[in-house]
Amino acid sequence: MTRSVGPTSEPQAEDATQAKDVAPAAALGVGTSDIRTLMTRNLRTSGIYIAFVVVVALFAILTGGTSLSPGNITNIVLQYSYILILAIGMVIVIIAGHIDLSVGSVVAVTGAVSAVLVIRHDQPWWVGVLAALAVGLAIGAWHGFWVAYVGIPAFIVTLAGMLLFRGLTLQVLDNVSLSPFTPEYGKIASGFSNGLLGGAGYDAFTLLIFGIAVVAYAYGQFRTRQARVRYNQQVPSFPLFVAQIVVVAAVVMAFAWQLATARGLPYVLVILAVLILVYGVVTKRTVFGRQVYAIGGNLAAATLSGVKVKVVNFWIFVNMGFLAAVAGVVFSSRSNGAQPGAGNSFELDAIAAAFIGGAAVTGGVGTVVGAMVGGLLVGVMSNGMQLMGVDQSIQSMVKGLVLLLAVAFDVYNKRRAGSSR
Amino acid sequence: MADHILEMRSITKTFPGVKALSDVTLSVERGEVHAICGENGAGKSTLMKVLSGVYPAGDYDGEIVFDGQVVSFGGIRDSEHAGIVIIHQELALVPYLSIAENIFLGSEKRGRLGLIDWNLANAEADKLLRSVGLDENPTTPVGQLGVGKQQLVEIAKALSKDVKLLILDEPTAALNDTDSAHLLGLIRGLKDQGITSIIISHKLNEIDAIADHTTIIRDGQTVETLDMADPEVTVDRIIRGMVGRALDSYYPERESHPGEEVLRVEGWTVKHPTQDRLVVDHASFDVRAGEVVGIAGLMGAGRTELAMSIFGRSYGTYVEGRLFLHGKETRARNVAEAIDAGIAYATEDRKKYGLNLIDDIARNNSAAALDKLSTRGFVDANEETKAAEEGRRSMNIKAPTVKSIVGKLSGGNQQKVVLSKWLLTDPDVLILDEPTRGIDVGAKYEIYTIINKLVAAGKAVVVISSELPELLGICDRVFTLSAGRITGQLPVADANQERLMTLMTQEKELVG
Repeated sequence: MTRSVGPTSEPQAEDATQAKDVAPAAALGVGTSDIRTLMTRNLRTSGIYIAFVVVVALFAILTGGTSLSPGNITNIVLQYSYILILAIGMVIVIIAGHIDLSVGSVVAVTGAVSAVLVIRHDQPWWVGVLAALAVGLAIGAWHGFWVAYVGIPAFIVTLAGMLLFRGLTLQVLDNVSLSPFTPEYGKIASGFSNGLLGGAGYDAFTLLIFGIAVVAYAYGQFRTRQARVRYNQQVPSFPLFVAQIVVVAAVVMAFAWQLATARGLPYVLVILAVLILVYGVVTKRTVFGRQVYAIGGNLAAATLSGVKVKVVNFWIFVNMGFLAAVAGVVFSSRSNGAQPGAGNSFELDAIAAAFIGGAAVTGGVGTVVGAMVGGLLVGVMSNGMQLMGVDQSIQSMVKGLVLLLAVAFDVYNKRRAGSSR
Repeated sequence: MADHILEMRSITKTFPGVKALSDVTLSVERGEVHAICGENGAGKSTLMKVLSGVYPAGDYDGEIVFDGQVVSFGGIRDSEHAGIVIIHQELALVPYLSIAENIFLGSEKRGRLGLIDWNLANAEADKLLRSVGLDENPTTPVGQLGVGKQQLVEIAKALSKDVKLLILDEPTAALNDTDSAHLLGLIRGLKDQGITSIIISHKLNEIDAIADHTTIIRDGQTVETLDMADPEVTVDRIIRGMVGRALDSYYPERESHPGEEVLRVEGWTVKHPTQDRLVVDHASFDVRAGEVVGIAGLMGAGRTELAMSIFGRSYGTYVEGRLFLHGKETRARNVAEAIDAGIAYATEDRKKYGLNLIDDIARNNSAAALDKLSTRGFVDANEETKAAEEGRRSMNIKAPTVKSIVGKLSGGNQQKVVLSKWLLTDPDVLILDEPTRGIDVGAKYEIYTIINKLVAAGKAVVVISSELPELLGICDRVFTLSAGRITGQLPVADANQERLMTLMTQEKELVG
């Protein structure tokens, strides 16, 4: 099965027949080399990418290009960052076969703790941030204890948590809103790195950072490819490999240009990018990530393979608490204060992002990147409809239907996969 | 000519690829207790499912005559309406509902306005309970009763339906001696009331005590019907009928050179996770390097429970017993420790407990050995793929790539993935629970060849199997397990199916 750089025509023919036999089965894999198999690689996730492109294009046309304007793109990033941060944690919870209904309340209580320290007690911004993160970790450990060690379904534990921490938010805030934050704190969500290197009508620093990221991506991909060649695994043919990198680089740099011509690089995008990168690696490359998928895929088999299920479940919830705290800091910073009702129904947006992004209701399936695209899809849709002046009620209905259709697509796929056996 | 309440004529039932029943005939006289015997998988349960309408008319060939009429049942409701009630081995009671609610589930006693008349229901339930000799309040939730009493509730439920023919599938498998005796007494009592019973059981001495006739089924065919009044019909006679099959040469040759002892278990005792009874009772066995040891036992004997409790105490509650690996006592208190100690356990039900069906071969293959394939918590995907490729080659797993989803493979190939997965943990002893269940003959041969390669490489292998010919074909020694106790140990040269079956159906431990 040695197939590396070689001529592409012959392997392509062979792969096409393989693809026919095992179409979705060959998914996920490294072993494919032509563009068709790359597309059908994982219908579940490639479906969401296609849907995303279609939605972006649709709203670009409907809004006459406004939705892709530099200012609006920056807006979308700022406006949906905290949902995306929550969705990272949520997709991991969902892959393991659980759910977390409490994250909206945790966003509120962590933001409230931070606000009380920074606004009421005049502490520096970083004290507020650290306190919020500590509270988030403690809440995560609380949920993890009940789910993992007492064995209560996460639905119940986090439903209780949703009520509990909403009440705690009211206690902490004495039922009143606190604002405004100091300008330093406000920069977390609304700050930009701008003008560091100058530039006429655009921010050169932003472009440089994205340029470095693209080069690092290309280098990383190249290294991975080299390693696979060394192990005699199938890899995409070299022209295809280059084409893939060029496409990704073009999209990323176009995005960077739009940011650079607006207000520059938002700090929150840096936070988000680091989180996506770290959690992408955690889920895909680490033993912990594997164990999460194994627990969600077949709990009994995971247990009998030596996975310490309780420990893994505990840390999944600790992690969710941590990310909810990060989202709480970002949200409080963006809204420049803490409100008793902050974060209401965020859990539903995060859960929707994970499911639209291809996570399975039954567990064992899902990706961080998929959840991000799922979250952005909802974000672009809501934003587009707002630009068009669509009524709030219609927006809500559309969101609901998109979630339903996305999961229906997932169920349909699974049934088809089952019957082709 | 005797009066037959039931005649099943030339019943043939095929599943895709398998003929489960072939031209089976069964005649049951009115008012008798009729036993059906056969090995696991002989077709007893399938036959009863045909009779009770679980497999509706048209799904099988042949003719059923019940109470003088040709019947064709479309479902369980039809057969119950005709007076046939089946009580399955796994009781079908709702634990949170009361005794009375369970008895009248699906045939509720309606009063005015169509509402349930609970006074009437409880009064009738009370009467039924007395008739089966169960002194319990009808409002007690069934979950609070022991298995023996639940069995009686099932019978009371059957009686509430005007039963003419009662079918009991392994009624005493989960019962202790007292409860069994009571149940058998009750079946006799029903017989006096004119109710005909069919009883499926592995406990041959019980059959000897209670049955009027015994029909033996083997490989989906009726072998014979024995008249239990005939003094020549003994337990041994029944066993001969059950196993009387030539040992086929399905098994690859192997030279046996057992070496040092690898695993020894002494006085291993395990309690049921929720009920207060011993599932494994002071079991002791050992296996050497380069040796295949079989564990033979009928369904419910505690085979899987024994293996799983040894494998990191993943079943039941450990009571006592010692585990030695290479002569050194080992405490493997969880699965991870057991794997580290060098034990591997391939489960009986690979789909439910063995594999993550929605994931690919490579990741299933590495699931139990991620420590070996990772550095500082990061999995080396290339090493993982390499390991999976090696497994695919050495096990001859038929799949397009190691990224193929395991759920799409055939049973035999799935089983090879399971073996490959456990070999990757580099175990000293492999416990294989029903390694060839549900896979075709060709794949079975391949699995046996793999087992032979493993022992040639010095591994110790324990095989648990319901198929006696398989154990006789591949093992060096066979231990027999009955009701959680090891009842004997035979070198394969001295063993045959009759001797094993005798030990497997023995209630008490013999010396030796």
